[in-house]
This record gives sequence, structure tokens and C-alpha cells, in this order.
Amino acid sequence: MSLNYSPAIAANRFGLGAKPGELGVIGADARGWLEAQLRGPAPALPAAGLRPSAEILSDAAAIRQQLQSQRRAAAAGPAGAAEEGNATAGAAPVSTEALAAIMRLPQLYRPIYIAEVRARLRNAVATERPWVERLVYFWSNHFAVSVDKLAVLGVAGSLEREAIRPHVLGNFRELLLAVEQHPAMLLYLDNQRSVGPTSMLAQRAARRERTLGLNENLAREILELHTLGVDAGYTQADVTSFAKVLTGWSLGGGDGAGPMQAASIGQFLFRPLLHEPGAKTVFRRRYDQADQAQGRAVLNDLALASPTARHIATKLARHFIADDPPPAAVARIAQAFERGGGDLPQVYRALIACEQAWQTPLAKYKTPQDYLLSIYRGLQLPVADGPRSIAAFDVLGQRQFAPGSPAGWPDRSDDWDGASALMKRIEFADAVAQRLGGTRAVAELGPQLLGATYSDETRASLQRAASDGQALTLLLTAPEFLRR
Amino acid sequence: MHRDHHVPINRRSLLKLGLAASGAAFAARYSFAAPAASPSRFVFIILRGALDGLSAVPPYADPDYARLRGELAIAAPAGSDGALALDGFFGLNPGLQFMHEAYAARELLVLPAVATAYRERSHFDGQDVLESGIAKPHATQTGWLNRALMNLPSTNRRGRESGVALAQNVPLVLRGSAEVASWSPSVLPDLDDDTMRRIADRYASDPLLARRLAEALAAGSLAARPQSPAMGSEAQDGQAMRTTERSTAGRYTEIVRTAAGFLRRDDGPAVAVFDTTGWDTHFNEGGAQGQLRTRLSVLDQSLRILKETLGDVWPRTVVLLATEFGRTAAANGTRGTDHGTASAAFLLGGAVAGGRVLADWPGLSARALYQQRDLKPTLDLRSVMKSVLHDHLQIATGALNHDVFPDSGAAPYIAGLLRADEA
Repeated sequence: MSLNYSPAIAANRFGLGAKPGELGVIGADARGWLEAQLRGPAPALPAAGLRPSAEILSDAAAIRQQLQSQRRAAAAGPAGAAEEGNATAGAAPVSTEALAAIMRLPQLYRPIYIAEVRARLRNAVATERPWVERLVYFWSNHFAVSVDKLAVLGVAGSLEREAIRPHVLGNFRELLLAVEQHPAMLLYLDNQRSVGPTSMLAQRAARRERTLGLNENLAREILELHTLGVDAGYTQADVTSFAKVLTGWSLGGGDGAGPMQAASIGQFLFRPLLHEPGAKTVFRRRYDQADQAQGRAVLNDLALASPTARHIATKLARHFIADDPPPAAVARIAQAFERGGGDLPQVYRALIACEQAWQTPLAKYKTPQDYLLSIYRGLQLPVADGPRSIAAFDVLGQRQFAPGSPAGWPDRSDDWDGASALMKRIEFADAVAQRLGGTRAVAELGPQLLGATYSDETRASLQRAASDGQALTLLLTAPEFLRR
Repeated sequence: MHRDHHVPINRRSLLKLGLAASGAAFAARYSFAAPAASPSRFVFIILRGALDGLSAVPPYADPDYARLRGELAIAAPAGSDGALALDGFFGLNPGLQFMHEAYAARELLVLPAVATAYRERSHFDGQDVLESGIAKPHATQTGWLNRALMNLPSTNRRGRESGVALAQNVPLVLRGSAEVASWSPSVLPDLDDDTMRRIADRYASDPLLARRLAEALAAGSLAARPQSPAMGSEAQDGQAMRTTERSTAGRYTEIVRTAAGFLRRDDGPAVAVFDTTGWDTHFNEGGAQGQLRTRLSVLDQSLRILKETLGDVWPRTVVLLATEFGRTAAANGTRGTDHGTASAAFLLGGAVAGGRVLADWPGLSARALYQQRDLKPTLDLRSVMKSVLHDHLQIATGALNHDVFPDSGAAPYIAGLLRADEA
């Protein structure tokens, strides 16, 4: 008898972990099941009440303005503590009123963050297109922002909803542009106040003996992380030059960098006064466009450059095939990227056409997020209201939207297979099993969730278990359930 | 003020005994070496995100410093916002009160212009080089400290694991063949022994999981959760799935207390590693007041707690604090600094020949800067690491130059960084 691993691999490696019954739906044509998911509409997040980033940021702008006027009124109060980007309170002693004021931004953002993560989790448990959902998470991590920076706590979820979901089945060029113009990315990588050294604003400031200038954070991370990759051969001069290109890419709102423009508060806004004039050279090409068109032109070229294709292909292959992906698979995916001009469904089709993506033994160790979602889906656990439903991500070591750096979460086994991390999974699995007790038919669950990858050893250990609860713990901690 | 060395028998250690009694290879993994006399401890604290060395160790007397730094500049020692005085040229950031006391007590050695062998400006490649000890990024999957532990003489080996990472997953610097533990606080209940034994049985045919589970059980028994005040209060909080709420200061305090708990044990590891983050100050960095000072002050307070908690082990302890690279010499356009090259590093601890600033200061004039923008490195961090590993952990010179830091001829061992009785 030859075992057919494909349904389990489709559900667990490409999807988010099998739901009971899903392997049956997949049936004999696992690639067809994945293929069909690529044909539907863009995967919106079905959740009432999630607010647009512009709305959230205009609330934040209003709070900040109030704080500023309070501060002016108080005149001598300690300054700067509630500035965005500064998640910790100032070192100087702070009055109770000032502290309450400082807390107003986190108080605005935190419930929004919790609602975003909860809606995303609910959707992950229910979705019939888990492969597309995993692709959304892949891109969300590729274009990572991290909520340990307070300024993005309220808008990290909306970056995914507003910039990534609409383009995950579209073209990389449009995906890239949408992300780099999203307020969350501009705030996270500090571009909103980057000023051209000879721009109008810098010249005005110089007359008042103030120096304004570049912040190269966004430009560097676009080159290194979002497009070409670190080894593509760009130089510090390219970074600086690209930073100049991107001056003026900002957002509306009274943050001192230009006139208040009510219509654009919290939205992408090109500010010509901040823009460094003149032609610039980035990665061996000269750009003489004016204003915002210059940045768009650079992003267009970066999106379609060969190093970008290789960079993206390598990351996709690492995510779906192996930590050290086979060069042939990388080449094939990169070729599809270039041939299709960044058309993402063609890239995904090249990926699922790679034989190496369908092999066992299971090469990828699940991240905490993978692990948690596969438990939630496999057991169809309810996602309760309130913060507790999402606390498990923290406990297992992958607080949502908080990779801590613009590089996103790492994607190799040895970043996740630590001893302490394993113990947390075991303890978590056991806590879930204790809670559910005998409410699940565990003997049937093994084959339903793991298909042909369900091993005889695990089957035997479940059969010998002292209770249904213990059997469930053994299933959820089985080697084949920890991997995909 | 602190606890003794005995661990009360808890569930984990019972489990350990039970597993050992069940025989097989598992038992061997659990036998701790007999306590030996050697007491050297080493703590490596990684400052991820590129610390601004020019603000941590302001060279206030450099003629170009104030001009380059503008409002980020920290002034000469005077009043509450001036630098903390060191040697008349360099100072410490005013947030580093404890470090300043340690300097006065000759327990802090300040290294104001160091770098790894890495000369580009990517955080992620830079951290890889800092941790791997190899000049080329992503050239290896093992870390210099693990390779050093492979060469740890038996006199310096106390427990089965010679190193511990205070994290869920082991960072690159400690990855490799030498057995290391990883430990992070848990808010979840323990399993019953029978279930854990069955999981261990199932993992017997899976080498990775078998090894990780054994490490986790060993670390769990070493960590002695009930003894630590921080852990105790958390364990009492039955609802406590709320790491989100924990402040950075609280988290660091918990980590250093736990690290000290490991290091104090007779059968514990000789080496501990943990991370700190938030040093990537592109925007609103602040000077004598502000964001970076606040973060430095949080770090400083946790170092004070580390010293207090290590107690009588402190005199035999070396702490190295280092970052992947420094930041631009000039402030950028948004009251912060961008990615640069040389930064500051620190050696702290009772075993350090401190009270000195070790600098071949390159200066901050336009021609002295690296690529006209960054502080130029004049000391290779690998030299500092070699010296500590050699003098403190007694790693042999041959092993240092071949296994731990291959191709590091440019980074020679430096004598005299530690107290004479150390070397």
C-alpha cells in the first residue's frame, strides 16, 4: 500500500492545520485544492467593527493635540514622554495627571490591537482558504512592523487588512507600493519626518537655526528586507540616495512637519516641502522624476529586479519547503516571479509545482503561531471575547505583530525549537486537553488531522493512554504534530 | 539577602528522579557532575538594535562631539544632566548610575570604540556576526560562546549544561554541540509525571525532541521556580497569562534574578546569555533626557540587581555587554541616529580590572570618521571576547584561535582586562 501524504501536507504545510473533515475535502487532488484557493477574491477579514487606520490615527492625532495644549498650559511639565516611538515613560518624576495623559494613547490602541488579533484568529479557525491565509501571514511577516513600538500598536492589524490582503493575490509591485505608503510602515520606520537636506522645509528651518534632515531607516529596510535583499550589492550611497527619494512620503496630521490638512489626517500624504529636489541615482539607475513619482519609479524597478525575485523566492521556499531550501526550487520560483512581472499567483503556482514541497519527513518545525492555529483549527476551539483568547500567543513566544524588528519573525527550526519553548507547548497542550477532557473522540482525531503522516508510534501511544485527556495531550505533542 | 543553594524537591526534580529510575540512556542525561571548586561565571548581554555608543559613553571633551550631535549631545559632568565623570574625556550616560558606581569600585571597564568584523549596516547580518564570531554573515549555525564551551576545561565545568539562555529559544551565540539550557518563566501548570513520562517515551525515537525535552526538564529543576520572588508572585497569579502587560523593567529584573539563580548553583552553568532590545534609535533618541537614557537606566537597574543577586559569586563574575554596531556620528534629520559602525562595549563584574576607559580614540573629525560618517573602530570585539574566555574561563589559546574565532588573526588576545588573580 502506498501512502498518500499529499492531503496532510496541503492542509498542514500549506494551510493552517487540518480541520476535522478537511483532509476528506482535499481528497486525491491536493494541488487542485490549493490551486482553487488562488482563484477566489482577495481574502478580506470578515469582522465587524475593525476601524480604518485613518480613523484610528486621527483619534490619536486629536489626543496628541490635547496633550500638547495641556503641556503648553502646564508650561513647566516634563516634555516628550508621550511622543510616538517612545514606549516608556520619561525618567523624570511624572505627576499622576501627566501619567494619565501618557496612558491615553495606549488606552486608545490596546483594545484595537486585541480586536484585530482576535478577528484574525477567528478567521484562521474558520477559513476554507487556509493556504491563502498563510500567504497573508507570510507577507505580513515579510513586511513586518512590531507593536513594541507604541506608534504602530493600533495600526499593525490594519496594515495587513488594508495593504496586504487586497494584493496577496495580485502583483508584488502593487503590494510593495501599498505597504510602503501605509501609515503603519511610515510610522514604524520613521519616514514621516525625514526631510531632504536642501528641501524647502530644511531651508526655512536653517534660517531659524534649526537643522532638519534625513532618516534613512525606511530606505534601508526596503532595500535590505522588502526587495533586493542584503547581498544584492547596493551601497551606503544607494541607501542615502533612496532616503532622499523618499523624503516627503509622510502622513497627514498635525505632527509639526507641515500644515494640518484635515482631509488627509492619518492617511498617506506626500509633502512637497519635505522632498529633496533633483535627480537621484539608486542601484545604478538614475531617476529624474519630480516629487512622489520618483519614489514610485524606484519602487517599481526594485519590485521587478532580479535580486528581489531571488530574495522572495528564497523566503517562500524556506517557508514552505525547508530551512535550507533546494536551489532548484528557489530558481524555479524566482523564474516565475520574473517571467510574470511580479504576478503573485504565478509565483505560488510555481511553488506548489515543486516536487520538493511535497516530500516527507516533515521538514518544517511549526512556529508558535503555526502550532496554536493548528490546535485551534484541529479542535475547533472557540475564540472567546476579551484579551485572554489571544494571550496564548504570548505564552508560547510569538506575540502577534510583535517580532521586535523589521526583519519579522525568523523562519528556521532552530529559532523555534528551544527546550523552554518545547516545554511551553507541552504545558499548553496539556492545559487544553485537561479543559476539554473527554469531549473529543481522540482516536479519530489523529487520522483526521494528520492523515498519512500520523505515525504508528503515536497511534500506539494514544491507544495506551490512561484517559482521553491524556491521549489528547499525546496527540498535540506528537512529533508529527509539532512539524508541518 | 538571597536564598541558599538547595532546591526544594519539586515536581520537576521528582520527575527527574523517576525518569532516572526508569533507567535507559535518559538517566545518564540527568546525572549532574559533582560540584567542583571552580567558580568563574560569565554573562553575555546582547544589546540588539545597535546601541548608540556616543550617547552611552559620551566623549564630551572631543572638539567635534557637540557640533555633530546637536541636541543629542551630553554635556561635560555638571548637575543632573551632565555626563557621569570617568576620565576627564569620556563620561557615562546619566542613566548609568550603577555602572558609574561600578567604575568607581574598579569593576567596570569601558570600551568606547569597538566593533565586530562586520562593516556593513544591516542589523540582522550584524547580529549574526556578533553571535557567530565569524566575519562573514550566515557562515555558520553555531555561536562563539557554544564553541568556547566545547573547550571548557573540566575544572570550570560544574553541571551537565555549561550554559543557559534566558529565553524560550537559544540565540545563535549559544547554539552548537555543547549542551546548553534555555529557560523562560512559565505561567502554565506543570504536567503530571505519568503524562510527561509518556511524552518522553514517544520522543525517544526523535533525537531533536528527546534532547530538547531532556534539556527542558533539567533546566526546570535547576531554575527552582518557587525560590525566586519574581516567579513566586507570578505563579500565585492564577490568571496570569498577561506577559503583554509586563514592563520591560519587570522583565529584565525577572531575567537577571533567574540568571543569577542558575549561576549561583554549584551544579549550575558557568555561562548565561540574555537579550535586551530597543536600541534602534532612529527617531527622538533624546540626549541627557529622553528615550535612550530611559532605556539605559532600565538596563542599569537590572545590572544592579544582577550584582546583588549574585552576591558572593559576583567577585568571580564577568559581564560583557555588546551590540552589533554603532550609530552615525552625527544626529540624523529626525533627532535620532542611523546605522553606523563602532559602538561602546562594557566589561563589568568583580573579576574585571575596571575603573578604566580602554580607548585608542580615533576622534570625530571629518577625516577621522569611517566613511565620513561613523565612529571608526579601533578595537575588535573578538579581542575582548578572547581575553575574557582565556583569562576567565581558561579556554586554551589554540582553541580560541582555531575553533572559537577562526581567521581572527586581526583580533589578538589582550592581556590585563581582568584582575591579575584571574589570569
